[in-house]
Amino acid sequence: MRTDPLWQLTLARLRMFFREPSAVFWTFGFPLALSLALGVAFRNKPPDPVAVGVWSGPDASGSRRVVEALRGTNGIEVREYYGPSTRDLSTGKIALFVRPGERLEYDFDPTRPESRLAREMVDNALQRASGRADVLRTMDHPVAAPGSRYIDFLIPGLIGMNIMSGSMWGIGYVVVEMRTRKLLKRLMATPMSRAQFLWSFVLMRAAFFFLELPLLLLFGWLAFGVGVAGSLVLLVALSLLGAVAFAGLGLLVAARAQNTQTVSGLINLVMLPMFIGSGVFFSTARFPGFFQPFLRALPLTALNDSVRAVMIEGAGPRAVAGEAGLLAAIGAVSFALALRLFRWR
Amino acid sequence: MDLAIRCGGLVKKYDRVTAVDGLDLSVRRGECFGLLGPNGAGKTTTVEILEGLLQPTSGDVEVLGMRWARDERALRQRLGISLQETHLPDKLTVEEVLTLFRSFFDTGRPVGEVLDLVGLSDKRGSWTEKLSGGQKQRLAVACALVSDPELLFLDEPTTGLDPQSRRQLWDVVLGFKSRGRTVLLTTHYMDEAERLCDRVAVVDRGKVIALGTPAELIASLGGQQVIEAQLDGAVADGELSALPGVHRLSRAGGTVSLAVEKLHQTLPALLSLAQSRGAALTQLSTHQATLEDVFVTLTGRQLRE
Repeated sequence: MRTDPLWQLTLARLRMFFREPSAVFWTFGFPLALSLALGVAFRNKPPDPVAVGVWSGPDASGSRRVVEALRGTNGIEVREYYGPSTRDLSTGKIALFVRPGERLEYDFDPTRPESRLAREMVDNALQRASGRADVLRTMDHPVAAPGSRYIDFLIPGLIGMNIMSGSMWGIGYVVVEMRTRKLLKRLMATPMSRAQFLWSFVLMRAAFFFLELPLLLLFGWLAFGVGVAGSLVLLVALSLLGAVAFAGLGLLVAARAQNTQTVSGLINLVMLPMFIGSGVFFSTARFPGFFQPFLRALPLTALNDSVRAVMIEGAGPRAVAGEAGLLAAIGAVSFALALRLFRWR
Repeated sequence: MDLAIRCGGLVKKYDRVTAVDGLDLSVRRGECFGLLGPNGAGKTTTVEILEGLLQPTSGDVEVLGMRWARDERALRQRLGISLQETHLPDKLTVEEVLTLFRSFFDTGRPVGEVLDLVGLSDKRGSWTEKLSGGQKQRLAVACALVSDPELLFLDEPTTGLDPQSRRQLWDVVLGFKSRGRTVLLTTHYMDEAERLCDRVAVVDRGKVIALGTPAELIASLGGQQVIEAQLDGAVADGELSALPGVHRLSRAGGTVSLAVEKLHQTLPALLSLAQSRGAALTQLSTHQATLEDVFVTLTGRQLRE
């Protein structure tokens, strides 16, 4: 008649989750919808032409030639202006302003990469049109390597984000809710093992994880052709480590909080910096060097970087050992701390 | 004597409040013992200390001959506990909740049997959120019974329930007791204590102020009948006490309660006293003495204030 309590606790967790439609959506549906929306929004397009302004002055002879020459060049959009200057340059509507004459004059902001590019393109086109011969023979090979698109960057980030928010909400929030409903206290009045109670959350997360990960990988592959360059086993192992690290953090934020508002605030406090700084939607390289050591220490950064390395670059176990170690350490420390601080009543 | 619970000099202090103030109890094996008192009397604090859920500030507790500090594991296996307020998981069925609780105990009764016992067999597949208040409370008691405990703690098991649900729960408790098991329950319903309890401790401000069987406590009033009256005018308490057959007088608010032996002896005397003084009798009622009258007599307050 008696069944195993750990199995019963885990089963209860899973049942409660799957009977809550909104929880199911946020865990499984939302990441798919998000990756679909972002994948479509940032799909690869041919490069935008560079907008260049030309002064069509009163002595139209010189400027006419310039306009013609630029119109015949790929990747340049020409706009004519009837004055020696324009505000469109400072507002960014054009990247470069050309004033033809005895000597060609270029107005541009050299700190804008787009403007520097425009200057080179325009200068090249005009020099060639005036008869400059290229000394070296060249040939262009456009490259669209798998792994260089935004969606390739995004899918690993979404995997990491999903593991993080699933663990934080699925454990942190649920535990505190049980505390406010006095269910924790009621369970403490039985001989239930506290360790098994906490383990049931970890097992539940692991069970979900084996649903979530294939779902996102399969979706990325079918919808956008995102593949896994490296070892699938390594990818699963890294994600599991991430799940354990965030399960520990989830228990930690739930250790003391007495109501769900407090724990929601704590969860957001922990997650928000990582949403922005851990390279989910854009690379951590965008932050100044001063911040890099801090960003490197965040668990989601470690998870995203290592998952990305495995998926895109095909990195092996050695290359991601540092990140894996960091995740394991964060998991162990936060578990130990949570157990010590945990308020059972 | 074989005791299920023994505690002495129990004190629980919070920052400023003393919830339990030197409380002694002895609960015998096989009896149903009631802690009767108003809200805030310290009943729940006392029970949670006995259940090993709270640490007393000082005092000595022994449950089933064991102590919490030493024998927590063994004790937990042998107790059934129903807290005053527990929200069981909404989205689990009655049977799933009970199976979960059963899994924590080494021994116990089959889930189906316990469902029959509390009359929830036809609800076994319902989510707990769909249950009525009475059904939820019976499920909470079932969670305490599923381990077939030696000692059952019930903290205000019928508060807020309709009369029918209360009677159903009473039957469950009486059935448990009839198998020779021990029950400790708290309540602020005197009828519940009279119906279920072999012995009652009346608790007020963290202390036991009276102890005995319900019949003994009622007999301590001296009379089996109670007259309650509101007299508007100058009639001294001393004159009322001096009426024939009056054993005790107590006041709660503007109402005078007289514990009397025979109504037909005291009532006419009371009426003629009122008439001779020209005092207006604005309210008059009589009833059989209850534990409520015991409480009013002892404290000058109502149980449910």
